[in-house]
Amino acid sequence: MKKLLVLGAFAAMLASGTALADTSGKKIAFSNNYAGNSWRQAMLDSYGIVTKKAVDDKIVGAADIFTTADKEVPTQAAQVQNLILQGYDAIVINAASPDALNGAIKQACDAGIVVVSFDGIVTEPCAYRVVVDFKDMGKQEVEQMAKFQPKGGNLLEIRGLAGTSIDDAIHAGILEGVAAHPEFKIVGSVTGDWDQTTAQKAVATILPSLPDVVGIVDQGGDGYGAAQAFAAANKPRPTIIMGNRQDELKWWKEQKDKDGYQTWSASIAPGVSSLAFWVAQQVLDGRKDIPHDLLVPYLAFTQDDFEAALPKIKEGGVATHEYSQEDAIAAIKANIKQ
Amino acid sequence: MLRGLLPALSLALVLIAIAWLNPRAISYFGFNLMLNLAIPIALATIAQMFVIAGNELDLSIGTFVGFVGCVTATWLRDAPLGGILVLLGAIGVYALLGALIHLRNLPSIVVTLGMSFVWQGLAVLVLPKPGGKAPDWLLAIMSFKPPYVPFPILAALVIAIVVHFGLMRTSYGVILRGSGGNAAALRRAGWSLLKTKIALFALTGLFGVLSGMALIGITTSADANIGNGYTLLSIAGVILGGGEFVGGRVSPIGAVLGALTLALAASPLLTFMHIPPDWQVAANGAILIIVLAARVLISRRER
Repeated sequence: MKKLLVLGAFAAMLASGTALADTSGKKIAFSNNYAGNSWRQAMLDSYGIVTKKAVDDKIVGAADIFTTADKEVPTQAAQVQNLILQGYDAIVINAASPDALNGAIKQACDAGIVVVSFDGIVTEPCAYRVVVDFKDMGKQEVEQMAKFQPKGGNLLEIRGLAGTSIDDAIHAGILEGVAAHPEFKIVGSVTGDWDQTTAQKAVATILPSLPDVVGIVDQGGDGYGAAQAFAAANKPRPTIIMGNRQDELKWWKEQKDKDGYQTWSASIAPGVSSLAFWVAQQVLDGRKDIPHDLLVPYLAFTQDDFEAALPKIKEGGVATHEYSQEDAIAAIKANIKQ
Repeated sequence: MLRGLLPALSLALVLIAIAWLNPRAISYFGFNLMLNLAIPIALATIAQMFVIAGNELDLSIGTFVGFVGCVTATWLRDAPLGGILVLLGAIGVYALLGALIHLRNLPSIVVTLGMSFVWQGLAVLVLPKPGGKAPDWLLAIMSFKPPYVPFPILAALVIAIVVHFGLMRTSYGVILRGSGGNAAALRRAGWSLLKTKIALFALTGLFGVLSGMALIGITTSADANIGNGYTLLSIAGVILGGGEFVGGRVSPIGAVLGALTLALAASPLLTFMHIPPDWQVAANGAILIIVLAARVLISRRER
């Protein structure tokens, strides 16, 4: 009987795939460069929930979060250097710049530290990147738009924070989508910085100079602001692609209840921070076969399922998904196959 | 006396706190990591100090450093001659700004605030998305590992001594500081205030260029927004180092010490303190306020 139990436990250990090396003494730090919007707050929350449990379960020794006071690159570079000095075994990072942190990232790698970047990724080859296919997301926005506006027409594009890789990728995807759907034409472009207030101001400013617009393609966090700007100007409401924010989905529901308004919503799940954490844990665990670039899907909602998700999102928050260790192992497996 | 010692005192305090929180940081390796990003801050602070010596303020130094960084990571590497010309031209623009501010009697805050958007725009033009690479010779300089003394400390010493000698020990340095201290007396003595203002602004441009190049030598590649935080850091550094906004009272050695203190207090100290994430941003601000308040208290007592 006792033998059976031991065997059973051994089998369970093998099945969970976590017993390659002991990570219970390993310390993982999270370097974050900005905490000032709903997405980043949800990202920190998800990370906190998942890592607290991991520490309680003795899977890792410590998982501390460090946020810089400004969005600046040098501040975060200094922070990474300090984390090296602190003796962390791995650094999970949402980086302020894809290239400009490479000097500090390289120093971390040289010190034997595992670096896993996500959302704001780093290009230094020694680091791991958990990337969401933002380009595909941008393209998909136009594909979805074609379903709601089969006749085509003028589109307004709302861009994100200028000079970031994410803004660049979504924009490239949107351009690709428009190239595949010549019935659409982008007649205006404003910068919304993924922020409702900024987007509202920007859209309100450009609105008077625009011809009639059938749809808005954007990057998330800007859809509700755009809707407000159109309402304030008494302009007909276009099809606005949403970005999984609570205020956006709530507005969508109100409009749907009123007259069956249709749209689509997509964004990177803030909980991808927890996925990056598990990837770091897996690398520390001794896995050598993990690709340095891991592509993970974005989180999308359609007309049919967004209402079910809405009550679960905090007021002013953003839809998220907390990833488990199994999710991470599955994601790694899916990327090895490719 | 206390006033002159204060910058060194606050730096020592921050260092003691760091040594207590994380003894591992007080080593050759540790100082290299903690302080290498303080070199560009120190250079930007010196740049700011020159305009402050002339009773002006430069709100564009941060974006200027970013612009220089973008030029350094692109043209200076691919076409060194063109890159050097652009950087010299940028210093020229600074000199012209000094002339404009003096001749039209414009408030420097307004002019440099406007220029900050110009530099930012130019930076995005040069480097629309983050990237580029620092020239190899620059990378080699910034990763230089001298024996015994960590490079950032050596660099800080050189900067402080060179500028101290130039501004505090030469006769034209006295004139430059005098343009902020007592412009009327200087004019009556026959000195051209236009020339001093041009010189001060050109020096600011020169050290801004050095700051941007040093920064890119450390980060290895650039980002149009890379220097934005330097505007306020540099002003805080000058004030922390014993400078005054008016009266031409500045101290190069103090400014360098102030920059080092700010760099250490803002990041390493904070990281080592293990503050809950929700409070980190506020704590960073609180540290700056405490450090600056201590300086104000002491200089007031002296009066």
